[in-house]
Order: sequence, then structure tokens, then C-alpha cells
Amino acid sequence: MAGYILRRLLQAIPVLLGTTFLIYFMVFAMPGDPLLALFGDKTPNPALLERLRQEYNLDQPFIVQYFLYLGGIFRGDFGTSFSGEAVSDILARTFPVTIRLAILALIIEFVGGVLIGLYSGLRKGKLFDGTALIVSLVFISLPIFVIAFVGQYVFGIQLGWARTTVSSGAPIQDLILPAFVLASISLAQLIRLTRASVIETAGLDFVRTAYGKGLSRRRIIPVHILRNSLIPVVTYAATDFGVLLVGATVTEGIFNVPGVGRTLYQAIIRGEGPTVVSFVTVMVLIYLVVNLVVDLLYGLLDPRIRYVK
Amino acid sequence: MKKRRYGIGAIALIAASALALSGCAAGGSDDSASGDTSAVITANGSEPQNPLIPTNTNETGGGKILDSIFAGLEYYDATGAPQLDMAESIDTDDSKTFTIKVKADQTFSNGDPVDADSFINAWQYGALLSNEQLNSYFFEDIEGFSYDADSPLTGLKKVDDLTFTVTLNEARSDFPLRLGYSAFYPLPKSAFDDIEAYGQNPIGNGPYKLASDTAWAHNEKIDLVPNESYQGGRQAKNGGLTIVFYASEDAAYADLLGGNLDVLDAVPSSAFGNYESDLGDRAVNQPAAIFQSFTIPERLAHFGNDEEGKLRRQAISMAINRDEITDVIFSGTRTPASDFTSPVIDGWSDSLEGADVLAYNPDEAKKLWAQADAISPWSGSFQIAYNADGGHADWVDAVSNSVKNTLGIDASGAPYPTFAEARTAITDRSIQTAFRTGWQADYPGLFNFLGPLYATNASSNDGDYSNPEFDALLQEGSSTADADEANTDFQKAQEILLKDLPAIPLWYSNVVGGYGENVQDVEFGWNSVPLFYEITKS
Repeated sequence: MAGYILRRLLQAIPVLLGTTFLIYFMVFAMPGDPLLALFGDKTPNPALLERLRQEYNLDQPFIVQYFLYLGGIFRGDFGTSFSGEAVSDILARTFPVTIRLAILALIIEFVGGVLIGLYSGLRKGKLFDGTALIVSLVFISLPIFVIAFVGQYVFGIQLGWARTTVSSGAPIQDLILPAFVLASISLAQLIRLTRASVIETAGLDFVRTAYGKGLSRRRIIPVHILRNSLIPVVTYAATDFGVLLVGATVTEGIFNVPGVGRTLYQAIIRGEGPTVVSFVTVMVLIYLVVNLVVDLLYGLLDPRIRYVK
Repeated sequence: MKKRRYGIGAIALIAASALALSGCAAGGSDDSASGDTSAVITANGSEPQNPLIPTNTNETGGGKILDSIFAGLEYYDATGAPQLDMAESIDTDDSKTFTIKVKADQTFSNGDPVDADSFINAWQYGALLSNEQLNSYFFEDIEGFSYDADSPLTGLKKVDDLTFTVTLNEARSDFPLRLGYSAFYPLPKSAFDDIEAYGQNPIGNGPYKLASDTAWAHNEKIDLVPNESYQGGRQAKNGGLTIVFYASEDAAYADLLGGNLDVLDAVPSSAFGNYESDLGDRAVNQPAAIFQSFTIPERLAHFGNDEEGKLRRQAISMAINRDEITDVIFSGTRTPASDFTSPVIDGWSDSLEGADVLAYNPDEAKKLWAQADAISPWSGSFQIAYNADGGHADWVDAVSNSVKNTLGIDASGAPYPTFAEARTAITDRSIQTAFRTGWQADYPGLFNFLGPLYATNASSNDGDYSNPEFDALLQEGSSTADADEANTDFQKAQEILLKDLPAIPLWYSNVVGGYGENVQDVEFGWNSVPLFYEITKS
């Protein structure tokens, strides 16, 4: 087990190097001079522009810029944004917000999805099941910004139950509405996934055997049916958690959440290489860790899965 | 059995509804009315793109904050007229040498005195090349300024603690008018100890100051409280100002409707159709100091500085139905242009000689185009370049179609994916089409709309326009001491532009905003920013 984890972590190193290189190259290859855009419609003086280029190493060839950046990372220096803020500070400021939002959304979608999906699966073809299927289909078909705007308008403006946007510091109560919006589509997916998995498991021999042995439903449903139905559900939810962690640009924009997605979007628009690459590097790291955790979770859920080497 | 099954269903439903309820119960508006002058006003803004140093801030996100926490020699009132703020007097005989007296006993919020040195040092800092200040060009007219090397402003001389003189390279009648712009704000001595730290937590001398060391919550908001030591004409009538940073105008607008925001100065284009019914008499829509145009560089074939080029430029200008486009595309949130400046500027006129070239006149347009064809037949396509990330596609298409339908030529928009890409092509002169241009004034003067854009070799003269007659009139206007006389010269200079049309004027952007039910005395300044210090809340 330990050897397996170590090997997976070692594999992460080339992946990280490769992605930073690719992303850095893509930001570098973006046409147009980001410094010119700093001046708006006004044309800056060439001497001043030259000085700024030197300050941000933009006058160097691509490969030199990349190694300067990489060297900085090893010294714990992720570079600075145009506004003079250290990128490491920006990372430290935005990730906690997004993590809070992601955990909230994950709880909503996992608890909601599993409970509704389980009940639907056990009551296949009944009214509750049919309603759940139709409602989940509607949510899956809707683009997220529609759900976000409608949610903001109905709960924020019309009913006044939630704050229209997230206030400074992103307190939990402000994040609940965005978390519901963010969770809505995955929640619908999870309902369908759990339902299908439950129906399949409930028909398997060992469940019939359990009933035959006279075990109570109270024991069979959580222990035999639910646990064995959870593998695809956990995979989906965990991957989704990775997606949530790297930021939801649209939802964060609409609810003005000062998180990863919004910040990264602005950095891309402004062509701030160090900010973009640092964010993406951390995101890749998160993805790798989440994937590892998912693989380890399998072993817990299904004793037949073992990691030997 | 049946009972248990029911039990699980109940759990699922309770869980679901509990989640729904917790979502509903949370949050809510916490801005209850307080009914006195200690109420804090919330306004929209955006994260400053640069450290909060006056000479390094050239965009509205940071500018809005700086104007609240600093006071210059003068400030601009709602009409854009300059009023003395820190200055006792600004005198000149020849518009070349100015004697500036600072009012006695003014201080920064940390107790440092506001004196001649605080201005001289701040301007020297802002002008020095190696300090890389984005606004350094504001000092270009002061003696000693250099773009190419570190060179002190020899034109700044201290007379006594509160008096200094400014000597310019040549006469500039509107120099006193510029002194209200943020680049000319003073800095306290302590700022220079650690300018980087200062930029994150600036100490100013304006009507407001930062609420604490950590008042600037990056990407979220900045909290300002009234500055008791400020004695000028912009005393805060409220208990403070919180500027909330929004990534999108839609989010800010939702907050205004939801009661979480008091004043908004940017209604999103998606709400142009319904903001007036949403807000009623709390909606604001008035011209701003923003001029929109597209520039046709003289190097383009058929558009040179000759008879043919002028005819074609005039034909294109008359082929554009500005009234219809501002009405249909912008729902009346733009005002069709009648000159090259803006209606909020003193000296603006809608009856300049030759201004009829800006009126829609398809018959005349066709006639002029045919005359140009007689000189040299037209071939190819007329294109207007724009940056696709700025919401310009709709009007560029409308303008192109208007030209196409009127003149019967092929015309279209030419999008560049990003603003940076468009500006790069424009700046290195590789662009081979007409292109979108806009100008937001730094200070309320006609010269600011003309000098930097159309004077020969001027910094933002992206179309490389050059006309000695125009240059001479600008020079004449600049060297006269009388403001009205200067404006007459600038108007005459514009009449030349109306003949040559280096850029085709389109419209003035309006400031489209609104405010909440429980705030009063909301007035927008000449630069589209609300006069925050006047606002009261009940």
C-alpha cells in the first residue's frame, strides 16, 4: 500500500513539470502584448514599455522566462501579478474560499444524490421515482448560468432569502445558494447514477440470499445494497470534487465569489503568466491527489480490490 | 415492512427539504436602514490593477479609490469645473510659469503636513523613468522631463514651505485644469520609505481614508471612513464608503436590485432594456466624458490625406445612421456625436461648422463616394477592427451594415480575440483596416480630447494624422491665457478635423447607473463616478 502511494506520488513529478511547461508556453504564445493592454486606449511611451518588459522578464526568450519562473518556484517565489501582489498570496487567499464552496456543494450533491437515488431505486417505477427522473433530466439539460441567474433572481432579489452575491470574506451562509447552484447538475447526475446502481445491486444473488436468510431490510439496504452500489457514485463524486476545487468560473462570476475560478479568469484576460501557471500547477496537484484518494477509496468499499505493488 | 419503507422515504424527503430550507433561511439583507449620517455607503468598483499610488493608477478601479482618499490642488465639481482644494491660489501671467500656493495647516491622515514638498516630491517620483509610473506622461510638459533617461523635473522650484513654481517647456493654457487629476496628487514623506508597502496601504489627504491597515481586501472590497483632518470642499456627509469589487456588472446589478448595493455606476448591457422599469426615477442615464470613434489610418489605400481620401471618409461618416444604432443597439445609452469631445466638457458645441458630416445622409454619401470613385475606382472591402472581448461586435456589425447598405460596398467587422492583441496590432502599425478607438478624458478640457490623439506625432495618434493647420490652432489655444479664447481655438481646430476626419466620430458613452431606495443626493461627476462624499442614507 505504502509503496503504491509512493509510486503514484513520484509519477506526479513529470506530470507537474509537463503541465507547467505547456501552460507557460500557451500563455507565452497568446498573441498581443499584455503590457500594452495595461494602458487602455492610450499608447504608452516606448522607453517606459521597455522598462516594464524587463521587470516582468517579458523581453527574454520563452525558455529563459520559463526557467526563471521555475527557479522562482523552488525558492518559494511564484512571481507577482501586475498589481504588485505576490502570486502566493493570491493562491492563499482564493483557494480557501473555493475549497469551502466545493465542500459545501459536495455535501449537498452527495447526501441529496444518494438519498434520493436510493429511494428512487428501491421504489422503481413509482411516482417518486418518475418525478425524480424527470426533474433530474431538466437540471441536467439546463446550462449552469441559467440555474445561477434564476436562483439569484428568485431567492436573492424576489424572495430575499439569500444574499444576491457573496459578501466579503465569503461566509458560509452566503455560499449556500451558490453551492446549491453548483451542486444542482451533479446532484441530478448522482440521483440517476445511484438509482441505476441500486436497481442493479438489488437484483443480485447475494441480496436475494440475504433476504432468504431472513435479514431485515434495515440491515440489507444500507449494508448490502447501498455499500455495494456506491463504487460508481464515489468515483463520480470524487472526480466532481476535483472539478469543484479548481473553480467554477461561471458560478463564481455570477455570485461574485472571490475564489479560484474568477481570479484565474481575470488573470487569463490580463495575460499574467505567473498567476495563470501557478494556479494551474496547484490545480493539477489537486487533481492528482483527488485521483489517488479515489483509487484508495475503492479498496475500502470493495474488499476484492487490493493494491499490492 | 410497509412502515419501514415509508420511513426511508420520509428521511429522504426531510433531508432534501432540510437542505433546501437551510439554503433559503441563510443570508438575507443586512443593510438595514439606519437613518443618520453615520451610515456607510456601498458602491461598485473593481480590483485596482496597480498598487494604489496616484502616479501609477490609470484605470477606473483604482482611480475611484484614489479620488476618495486623496485631495489634489483642486477637485472637479459635478459639472467638471475645477475648484481649489489644497491650493490657496494658482497664478500665471504667461501660461508657462505657474506660482502655486498651498493652503496652510493641511495634513495627511497620519499628521504629515501637506506642503510644497509633498507635491514636488510626488511629481518628481512620478516623472522619473526608472520608477516606471504608468502616468509619467502627465509630467511631459514640465521642464526637465525626459522619456528616455532619468531626469529630474528642473521646472519645479520650491519658494517657501507652502509655495512652489512650475515652469513648462511651452505655454499650456489648460495646465491648471489638469491639476485635479490623480497623477498630480501629493504624497506624504513616509510614502517614500517603502513605496511598495505604501501602495498596498496608502495614506492620503482626501475626504476619506482607509479604515485600517487591512482595509483593502484584495479582489473583495475596500473600506473607507471619513478623514477628519480633511478641510476642503468635499467633506463626507456619510459615515464611510465601502467599494465592493465585482468581476461582472451583472453581479453588481443583481446586488443593487437585491438591496446589497447603494450606488451603481455601470448597468450591464444585458439590463439596458429593463433598468429604467426596474429602478424608476433612481435610474441614471447621462452623457459622460467618453468619446467613441473608429480611426481610418492614412496609410490605407484610398484613404490618404488627399481629395479622394477626404471624400471617402465623409461618405462613410454620412452613411452611418447613428441615431438608429444608439437607439436600437444601445437602447439610448449612447448619445450620437456632434464633435470630437464630449458634452460634459466646457467648450463643447453641437454646431461646429461642418458638423453635418456626422448626420445620416445616404444620398449625399452615395454622391461623395461616386466622386471619389471617379478619382480612383474602389476595390476591396471596408473593415473595422475591434477587440472581441469588449462587447463591441454588435455595434461594429451595425455600423458596417449601415455603410454596406448605403454605399453598396462590402463592409464588415474584423475581430481580434483580445484587447491586448488589438492594441499590439494598432501600436506596431501592422493593422491594415480601420479600427475602433475610444477616449476617456483624464481632465475636463477640450485639449485632452484633441492634443494626445490628433496632433502630429502625439502619443496616441494611432492613425498617424498630421495637419500643420490643426497643430497651429492647438498651439494657439494652448498659449492663450484666456479659457474662452482657448476654447474658440480648439473649436476651430475641430472644424479642421471635421473636414479631414482622421477618425469617424460615432457617439458619446453615457454613464448608466442607479441607486438604492434608501440613499439620497446621488449625483454623478463629470467623469461618470458618483460624488460619493455627497451621498446620504436613511
